[in-house]
Amino acid sequence: MSGEESSATRDLSETTGSNGEEPNVVPDLGGEPAETGSWSDEHVPRTTEVRGELDDSVREEMREIIARYPQSRSALLPMLHLVQSYEGCVTSAGIEMCADELGITAAEVSAVATFYTMYKRRPVGDYHVGVCTNTLCAIMGGDAIWASLSDKLGIGQDETTEDGRVSLERVECNAACDFAPVVMVNWEFMDNQTPDKAGELVDKLRDGESVKSTRGPSIGTFKEASRVLAGFPDGRAGEGEQAGAATLAGLVLAHEHGWAAPEGGRPELENTAAPASGSPGASSTTAGDNGGAQDQSKEGS
Amino acid sequence: MTTLTPVLSAHWHEADSFTLAGYERGGGYRALRMALNRQPQDLTTMVKDAGLRGRGGAGFPAGMKWGFVPKDNPNPKYLVVNADESEPGTCKDIPLMLATPHTLVEGTIIAAYAIGANTAFIYVRGEVLHVIRRLQQAVADAYEAGYLGKDILGTAYDLDIIVHAGAGAYICGEETALLDSLEGRRGQPRLRPPFPAVAGLYASPTVVNNVETIASVPAIVANGVDWFRSMGSEKSPGFTLYSLSGHVTHPGQYEAPLGITLRELLDMAGGVREGHELKFWTPGGSSTPILTAEHLDVPLDYEGIAEAGSMLGTKALQIFDDTTCVVRAVLRWVEFYKHESCGKCTPCREGFWWLVQIMERMEAGDGTDADLEKLLDLSDNIAGRSFCALADGGVAPITSSLEYFRDEYLAHFENGGCPFDPAASVLFGQGFAHRVVEA
Repeated sequence: MSGEESSATRDLSETTGSNGEEPNVVPDLGGEPAETGSWSDEHVPRTTEVRGELDDSVREEMREIIARYPQSRSALLPMLHLVQSYEGCVTSAGIEMCADELGITAAEVSAVATFYTMYKRRPVGDYHVGVCTNTLCAIMGGDAIWASLSDKLGIGQDETTEDGRVSLERVECNAACDFAPVVMVNWEFMDNQTPDKAGELVDKLRDGESVKSTRGPSIGTFKEASRVLAGFPDGRAGEGEQAGAATLAGLVLAHEHGWAAPEGGRPELENTAAPASGSPGASSTTAGDNGGAQDQSKEGS
Repeated sequence: MTTLTPVLSAHWHEADSFTLAGYERGGGYRALRMALNRQPQDLTTMVKDAGLRGRGGAGFPAGMKWGFVPKDNPNPKYLVVNADESEPGTCKDIPLMLATPHTLVEGTIIAAYAIGANTAFIYVRGEVLHVIRRLQQAVADAYEAGYLGKDILGTAYDLDIIVHAGAGAYICGEETALLDSLEGRRGQPRLRPPFPAVAGLYASPTVVNNVETIASVPAIVANGVDWFRSMGSEKSPGFTLYSLSGHVTHPGQYEAPLGITLRELLDMAGGVREGHELKFWTPGGSSTPILTAEHLDVPLDYEGIAEAGSMLGTKALQIFDDTTCVVRAVLRWVEFYKHESCGKCTPCREGFWWLVQIMERMEAGDGTDADLEKLLDLSDNIAGRSFCALADGGVAPITSSLEYFRDEYLAHFENGGCPFDPAASVLFGQGFAHRVVEA
């Protein structure tokens, strides 16, 4: 990715005021060289006062997140995702609210927020498009897709179209290499892309047409995605496929040739109420094989 | 001939494989009932005897890791599942969690019970939204079914699982960086010792295991040690997911016994892209030294690959054919390590910065012989001189490519630039030759 981003990150350290006071302004966070280098949300003044959409109900949700964890600070990453779900990026107001709820300094929160690439310093588009340009995807066509999208949209790394609909980012390996070249939209998979397909994709996104992930649901906005990342499910887990074609390549071949794992053995734990053979996936490749075993196992312990 | 042995992937073709009903229909959660009837230490012994080795890259024996958790430590114990799959080329845990998240949940409960943990975390990278949805749903359904929460299946064992989304940082796949991240900090590796088993999350005894490792546990419990050991080799027993990607006719997941060869897997996957030859490949992600066609018959297990001078890693077999410029490939990987260096250790933070500049010069055709020596010299000063393995892994593409393709680096000088046409490498126009799947 861009050197600018790395150098900005490198400039940061977990500094607080040298006198030990909690700073009441957000520290200078670096940022793009051409900028003044703050969390550039001009509508939010640099004070501890919380504005915008971050009202008390957001505080309540933050407390809900904190309650999930044995120690409160573990909640910080999901809390920052929650901030993005309201603000579209991590704002100074959001940083202040996180710090306030966790009893740590704004500088400490900023230090964390700037470490992770998914936290954005400026609002991204409603649809944040990530083109994988790590080695494998790049060579299989990711570089060509990036060039074509950047050219078509007239924007570069970490920039957003003027209508605010689409932003672009070069992403690192997204763990879908068997579907290369891969494009992500709001962290949903768009597998096996070409420059043409990716071009049509962003056209649809800009026109407000619904786009379905190749292995998931129709794609929501960046803010909606951020809310799920914060640990507030959207009830859409059942949508989309269970697996893409490449995921099943080996299994389909095994079915064709009648290949399977050995039959389940007689495990050492056999003196239980559970039935003897089969296992999650051990010897059966069809749904029905183990169906009859279920009733026996209900007593369990 | 080695054949495929679908275990983890056996139910992936079923349209409802990700649901609780679908998972139970295939025998899901039976292993959990069996496990909860036994003493926790029996399960640790079983996983030790099975010889299950960590599938996240390092290959450390999982049962041994569990056994390191001190019994007399008064602090709570924690299990943390490393679902931060980010190693370039690696793409096995994500499809597993998408298709059968309950396999992971069941394995997590068994493993947590074995080590005496009442809280477990699944730390999943943030950039895979639908996988996170599936995990959230699977965990919620497991609570509903009584597999999680208080007094699980009437055994008086309590367990909570928290699905925790990361926020974009490769380094958080390193287990101590992951723990710092899970504590709400910048994800930077810790100096070891103390190891996480003694002082991990919140300075308490913690086991960190990869998704595939944990997901393999229910099958071992249900079918036994001998069954598991009937696959693979003495030192590398069992089945595993091999992920083929790149210039291969049918990329995808191939679950096979450890020790299968790339030649066998490539045969199954329809070979290298039509009309082309294998040039180089990674056995387990970009951090494992590249290999070439002369290594096609090396057993893909921990020992075999080590003997060939690389590492099994995550079994991410990235295939590159003769159209690929190795200098371009390596440069992009080094840029990745530069971007992902957490900045804690100077050799890594500064070293990759310099490596990228030299590699860029090299690719542009402005390099010199002295640059080649400098690359090796820098690599030597980065590897082994940092807290974590990112540094060692990051220089692997450089040192290994210079071993096998030094001439190609030289050709860039002689040619005054890259002699390859990147357009020849792309997959467009070839059609995507995925197998037709019938659910």
